[in-house]
Amino acid sequence: MAIEKFTYDNKLAKSFAVVTILWGVVGFLVGLIAALAILWPSVSMEMPFLTFGRVRPLHTNAAIFAFVGNAIFTGVYYSLPRLLKTPIYSKILGWLHFWGWQLIIVLAAVSLLAGITTGKEYAELEWPIDILIAAVWVIFGWNMIATILNRRTRHIYVAIWFYLATFVTVAVLHIVNSFELPVSLFKSYPLYAGVQDALVQWWYGHNAVAFFLTTPILGLMYYFVPKAANRPIYSYKLSIIHFWALIFIYIWAGPHHLLYSSTPDWAQALGVVFSIALIAPSWGGMINGLLTLRGAWDKVRQDPVLKMFVVGVTAYGMSTFEGPLLSLKSVNAISHFTDWTIAHVHIGTLGWNGMLTFGMLYWLFPRFYKVKLYSTSLANTHFWLATLGMLFFAIPLYFAGFTQALMWKQFTPEGYLKYTNFLETYTQIRTMHLLRAFGGVMYLTGAVLMVINLIKTAQAGKFARYEEDQAASRESGNHGAETFHRRLERKPVTFTILALVAILIGGIVEFLPMFLIKSNIPTIASVKPYTPLELEGRDIYIREGCYNCHSQMIRPFRSEVERYGEYSKAGENVYDHPFQWGSRRTGPDLAREGVKGKMYKPDSWHYEHFVNPQKTNIQSIMPPYPWLASNDIDVDKIPAKLRAMKKLGVPYSDAEIENAVSALQKQAQGIAEGLRQSGIEVEDQREIIALIAYMQRLGTDIGKASASGMTSK
Amino acid sequence: MSVVFFLIGIGIIVAGGFLFAFIWAVRSGQYDDDYAPSVRILFDGYKDEPKPEDQKNTNSGKEKIDEEKTDKSINNKK
Repeated sequence: MAIEKFTYDNKLAKSFAVVTILWGVVGFLVGLIAALAILWPSVSMEMPFLTFGRVRPLHTNAAIFAFVGNAIFTGVYYSLPRLLKTPIYSKILGWLHFWGWQLIIVLAAVSLLAGITTGKEYAELEWPIDILIAAVWVIFGWNMIATILNRRTRHIYVAIWFYLATFVTVAVLHIVNSFELPVSLFKSYPLYAGVQDALVQWWYGHNAVAFFLTTPILGLMYYFVPKAANRPIYSYKLSIIHFWALIFIYIWAGPHHLLYSSTPDWAQALGVVFSIALIAPSWGGMINGLLTLRGAWDKVRQDPVLKMFVVGVTAYGMSTFEGPLLSLKSVNAISHFTDWTIAHVHIGTLGWNGMLTFGMLYWLFPRFYKVKLYSTSLANTHFWLATLGMLFFAIPLYFAGFTQALMWKQFTPEGYLKYTNFLETYTQIRTMHLLRAFGGVMYLTGAVLMVINLIKTAQAGKFARYEEDQAASRESGNHGAETFHRRLERKPVTFTILALVAILIGGIVEFLPMFLIKSNIPTIASVKPYTPLELEGRDIYIREGCYNCHSQMIRPFRSEVERYGEYSKAGENVYDHPFQWGSRRTGPDLAREGVKGKMYKPDSWHYEHFVNPQKTNIQSIMPPYPWLASNDIDVDKIPAKLRAMKKLGVPYSDAEIENAVSALQKQAQGIAEGLRQSGIEVEDQREIIALIAYMQRLGTDIGKASASGMTSK
Repeated sequence: MSVVFFLIGIGIIVAGGFLFAFIWAVRSGQYDDDYAPSVRILFDGYKDEPKPEDQKNTNSGKEKIDEEKTDKSINNKK
């Protein structure tokens, strides 16, 4: 058997580790700003890019794709060559991946703060960045698969299977969810509308959690936990079952994000069933990780790396127990739209992803620099700050979630809503939000300690870029011709995969638009497309990220119908590219904002409220949007927007598109005239007019149907 | 709503791909040995531990010796 020598290059993994730390701190900091912006709306200082609606998408994107993303790549580029006993296939591809991903992050940060967004949670980035993400992701996968094909070990270790599943599934998710029609460089409309868009988006959203925040981290767990404890995984057999069971079940659980919404019941039920089934493989994985440390608990007591792994894996178990629980319809009726969801995801990110990442970094840096960790006690302090920070974050939010949900649903003995003012239900949980921000400060402080510790560690040692290893070549024992043969048979595999991908994309692009647009025929005859002014207002609503605090989905509960009006129907959203149902009610639901009922507010109220929400209610936590009253509507783009919508199946006539600008101006003039009569100085062409038009349109269509004697079922 | 069927289709394609991968893995003997791979990853050809003062923070001397022993016994197996 020929023994071959080869070298691992640590530079790529180290670079990814450095940016993981950098973006981690940035992500936590932005999260803290978001937490403070909810507590004190004046935090935004009347600057658009500091409002919660823009900061929150930046926080989620930074935490998921920048922090956890780079952590995944750190672990993959470190462990993959060592597991396969071969260097990474291509350093050039590796560096393209590295710089490409950092470019995406910077572009994301700038564009999200500038209000350039698709308005779909966790997929907010606009189409040029989407294309870049797809390209960089393919580079990552290409490099990984080519490395696997070059391997010297016959067996592919379980961690690599998790990496592979991550690559394949995230590619499919990203592509399917990002079908959008560009209007300009910075604006596009998704192909899907309303219920369709919601189903695709949450299929994506759920699986982003599954295949970006779970499977790759499990891969890291299966490599770094045994390495750090210096003992094999508890049961390798269980890890194989864990992997296959998990990936087969995960992709079906998406609809549990849409329980009680106007999506089909059977799809909701499907999501629930698979969500419950997920407990088994998830807990199998947690148990496998924890039992690896059996007989090594004395090490856990001393080693901060193992401590972090233990808390991380435990948090994985807790959140994968909680997830299925939240998927039960009866629990979801309480938890949905409340802080419970926020608490749940933070157990996952702060606990599972964060702790695994921190542990990995504390393990890697001494090995990169061939020196002992600068300070174990500092790392222990970080461990406690992170653990307690997570608890201070989550527990108050559980409390807040329950409190607010119960207050929303509370009726008086006479049968009226007890807390008719939405703001009351927020004021009640404000203390909990203060505690949550405190938890965030603790977690961030811990991360800063880690930065200091790792910098000191790096300074004390010298970066060992190359590490030599040796292994028997996989072909050895066969004759020389076999190598060529193997190379040949490798090509058809690659070719088949590429061909399949090409066929898939081609097929989807061909049939999908037709297929989807046909189904956009409204089932409610009175539902009409938005006027040009309302459409523009809707785009402003998306730009300001209003969906981050306001839902547009009234669930069929008495308490919600009583508070907001008739529950939402699927047929009402057929022209909504994208849907704006939201996932958290920090403010009240807006699905029936325009309906003249209990909730109705005149144009003048909306004007005052947008410019200074604290003027209409001193306790309001909505930030002021004064720039809406001074910015002008971009009239030039209106016809292009309508044309794009028409291509997506919204029935605008050619005449409507041609006269779009004048129609817009006419409607704006009417609203502005009304405002001036109530003593508000405003010009016709301001953005605020468009947003008011959109507000007054929301939810009104089916009212017209019942007024004219038609049923709205 | 009809997009559900499209999503199910995509889901089946992905799951089918996984199924194919699973069958390949079993057939090609990936899982013939379900113990050794877990141990094999612990050994690299280079010096991994950041020495020399690795164990400095261990509080008692006895534990230190125990750990060194276990390290050695693992190395012997190799």
